[in-house]
Amino acid sequence: MQTLTQRLANPTRFMAFSGAILPWMAVASALLIAYAMYLVFFVAPPDYQQGETVKIMYIHVPSAWLALGGYAIIALSSFGLLVFRHPLADVSAKAAAPIGAAFTLAALITGALWGKPMWGTYWVWDARLTSVLMLFFLYLGLIALRSSLEDEALASKLTAVLALVGVSILPIIKFSVDWWNTLHQPSTGFTSSVDASMRAPLLISAAGFLLLFIALHLKAMQNEIMRRRVKAMRVAEVERGDRLMSAGAE
Amino acid sequence: MDLGPHAAFIWASYGAFVLILALLVGWIWLDGRRQARALADADRRGGRRRSSGAAEGSP
Repeated sequence: MQTLTQRLANPTRFMAFSGAILPWMAVASALLIAYAMYLVFFVAPPDYQQGETVKIMYIHVPSAWLALGGYAIIALSSFGLLVFRHPLADVSAKAAAPIGAAFTLAALITGALWGKPMWGTYWVWDARLTSVLMLFFLYLGLIALRSSLEDEALASKLTAVLALVGVSILPIIKFSVDWWNTLHQPSTGFTSSVDASMRAPLLISAAGFLLLFIALHLKAMQNEIMRRRVKAMRVAEVERGDRLMSAGAE
Repeated sequence: MDLGPHAAFIWASYGAFVLILALLVGWIWLDGRRQARALADADRRGGRRRSSGAAEGSP
């Protein structure tokens, strides 16, 4: 019996499946984000130390989680491409890169704007901030490497290798606050000291942005599949023209 | 809504966040329209992929 991944390995089936769930996912994402923002601005209390600046947490933390999650998707997809030659693995890796980069940039900017009033500075070269900046450059490197090579098959493989080498950044980011002395506070996890009145909006916000990430990823994958189809059709068209010309010459 | 003495940082954070997401969503949506149009054009010209007979679903 085929698994869901195997069944969706067929791009035509993937297009139909993603086309059916995308609108629902977009609506669910919008509703969750709207509800989260209502909780953030009208229900959640200010922090006893940080005051209202804690509101930045509700976008900063989900952005940081999705920055890491996006790279994990790229790494898994790259593994799927190199080991299993899954037909959609490269499409998934390519589609996830700009989305992950955008959430990483959002995490960096919101973090800097949270840092200034709380730490007195927008930026310090501590392990957490620096490793997230490296993640952002890694995303840019993956995008640049792929677009710098004309041969798509070669670009896919080289990008996948770089993505797998770069996956070591994920544990470094995750544990940087434990391994080194950082200005950045320890990770905000489900079991951390975040009060329930703030944890609920945080998790709802994270769920909303996770759905948005998935919806954007599916849409970007659809775009990439269409782009490859157009390219394949154009190549076939040129080859047909070449065959007709050589038949006419004979 | 009183966001205290650091309101500017809070609004700037949300503003930057919304701007980044809006650009991302807009870019993906526009790219989708562009690709759909290009695919429709190629279909209209009677284009066939080399693989269209052998493997119907290849990307």
